[in-house]
Amino acid sequence: MTRFGLARGGMFAVVLVSLPLFGLQHWVLNLLIFTLMYAGLSSAWNLVGGFAGYPSLGHAAFFGFGAYFVALWFQHHQVTSGYEPFLLLPLAGLAAALVGVPFAYVSMRTRADVFAIVTITLLFVAQTLAYNLSSLTGGAQGVALPIAPFALRRYEWPFYYAMLGVLLLSLLITFATIRSKVGLSLDSIAADEDKALGVGVHVQGVKVTTFAVSVGLVAMAGGVWAYYQTFIYPGFAIDPLITIGMVLMTFLGGRATLWGPVLGAFILVPVQQYLAYQLGANQLYLIAYAVVFLLIMLLMPRGILPTIHDRMRRRRQIQQTGTGDPSPDLALAGGPGSQGVPVPKGGDL
Amino acid sequence: VHALVQGVILGILTGGVYALMASGQTLIFGIMKVVNLAQGALVIFAAYLAYALFTSFGVDPLLAIPITTLAMFGLGVLIQVAFLRPLKREDASQLSLLVTFAVALLLEGVMSAVWKTDYRSINTGYANSSWAVLDFQFPIVRVIAFVLSLLALGLLFLLLNRTKFGRAVRATVQNPMSAQLLGVESKRVAALGFGIGAATAAAAGSVYGLLYPFNSGSHYDLISELLSIVVLGGLGSVGGAVIAALIVSTSAAVVATTISPVWSSFTFFVILILVLVIRPQGLFGTVERGAI
Repeated sequence: MTRFGLARGGMFAVVLVSLPLFGLQHWVLNLLIFTLMYAGLSSAWNLVGGFAGYPSLGHAAFFGFGAYFVALWFQHHQVTSGYEPFLLLPLAGLAAALVGVPFAYVSMRTRADVFAIVTITLLFVAQTLAYNLSSLTGGAQGVALPIAPFALRRYEWPFYYAMLGVLLLSLLITFATIRSKVGLSLDSIAADEDKALGVGVHVQGVKVTTFAVSVGLVAMAGGVWAYYQTFIYPGFAIDPLITIGMVLMTFLGGRATLWGPVLGAFILVPVQQYLAYQLGANQLYLIAYAVVFLLIMLLMPRGILPTIHDRMRRRRQIQQTGTGDPSPDLALAGGPGSQGVPVPKGGDL
Repeated sequence: VHALVQGVILGILTGGVYALMASGQTLIFGIMKVVNLAQGALVIFAAYLAYALFTSFGVDPLLAIPITTLAMFGLGVLIQVAFLRPLKREDASQLSLLVTFAVALLLEGVMSAVWKTDYRSINTGYANSSWAVLDFQFPIVRVIAFVLSLLALGLLFLLLNRTKFGRAVRATVQNPMSAQLLGVESKRVAALGFGIGAATAAAAGSVYGLLYPFNSGSHYDLISELLSIVVLGGLGSVGGAVIAALIVSTSAAVVATTISPVWSSFTFFVILILVLVIRPQGLFGTVERGAI
């Protein structure tokens, strides 16, 4: 990452930290909280789904895990509702990561399609569990959390900063991953896992650790969400649409890029909320959402950032050599000056 | 013991229906390497079609099957041509997974817009009667469903093994590139194959509507069960899907009768995990580089 990239990251953090100080309306802050939440979720998903190339459809199960973790902790332990529940978040993340390890160990024996199938099954199983273990989770009746005693004028602030914290943590971890050997290992796994194993990459360890970190982050976001919603039930906390949101935003912005998932979330969440507001009843909303989903997949399967990145690279090449390279595939394979050097997968973007 | 045997009977009878649904799904995977996450939604959609024909025209859901089969075949071809054919990139299989998920959401949205989200069921005169043989209950609907599914599976088998089209399909399953070189029109095979996969949902939908109450969200339960079956049988193996369906639904029924119906759907997942630990490629799957 260049100095420019570092400045960009710093700017991003400073702008988001100072945003609430401008006295925004409640609905704007509410929208921002959900945007930050999905940005964090998508960034976390990107570690497994983007960098490692394992399209998990089960992350919403861990989102629900985090939500229930915080909600049930309230029920069984003495927690003052206030700022104290936020201290639970690292614990929720850790617990989810620990649950994720054996699950990843088993499910990551499969690849691509079958992995997606196994994880989506996990999603429905988690939902079934949440409904059936009613003595623990309250079943279909759900769990209510105490309403936080924050001053009305600044009610959203703590949730906003908590979500922002999760997002920045996700981004930092992603950044560290890209810069380190782990990122290279993940790259090689995504490209060809058998060869990666052959040249001595610790495939299993890297995969399982990445999965655990990813679902831990997702669970932390789930914990904040539950406290913000003050009421959760299985179909709400473990919702296929949450998984789809993460996947879709990552695909839109660009898989395996640092900023792609964030960009995707900042575009799609407002669209999502607008559709929900305009169309109200969830039937039409679902149709509109599915259509947006299909359009993104069909028109921009690679995502915004990689597409821009390619275009810029090609333009630079034209300027350097005077000859345009019309084929994007050739441009990707490395033009003059970059021959033999593996192109980092959009690491800078 | 009586309850156990009764559970096994019910399980096998229900297994026939699951076998039919799963065979369509595994066929689609075999031909196109597409995991069709919309299969459950297609089944529910077919159930709604049968429901609509029954309530507005009084057509018996079982007699409606030829009509709904045609409709579902058309819908399947349409989905393939409109949404799956345009995907050309090398990661098409990962994208197609998401596209079929989007199709499932789209179908769910359409179904809940047209039929609302309350549970519907198709109540024919014979819905609740059953035959008693040696003290064991054979619900008529399930027996008919079982026979029908066997019939449909038999037709599918004949189609795949006795026709020119079937040979083209099997060739594509074995080696798409060679099949194409030998003159198989892979695009047409893919479209028709998806159509046939969707068409199996028609018979399954009618039967499902007779057996269970359903709403637009029911496809989520269905798809997770179908996916477990398909993975257990080995992706792409029709025979494997049939056997896996019988195994899974029998064990689910046994759990339902001996432990609690609440946990029967859980059986699917437990079996799936066991399979992944012991034999990741499924019972009848072949190890394919880069796939499993």
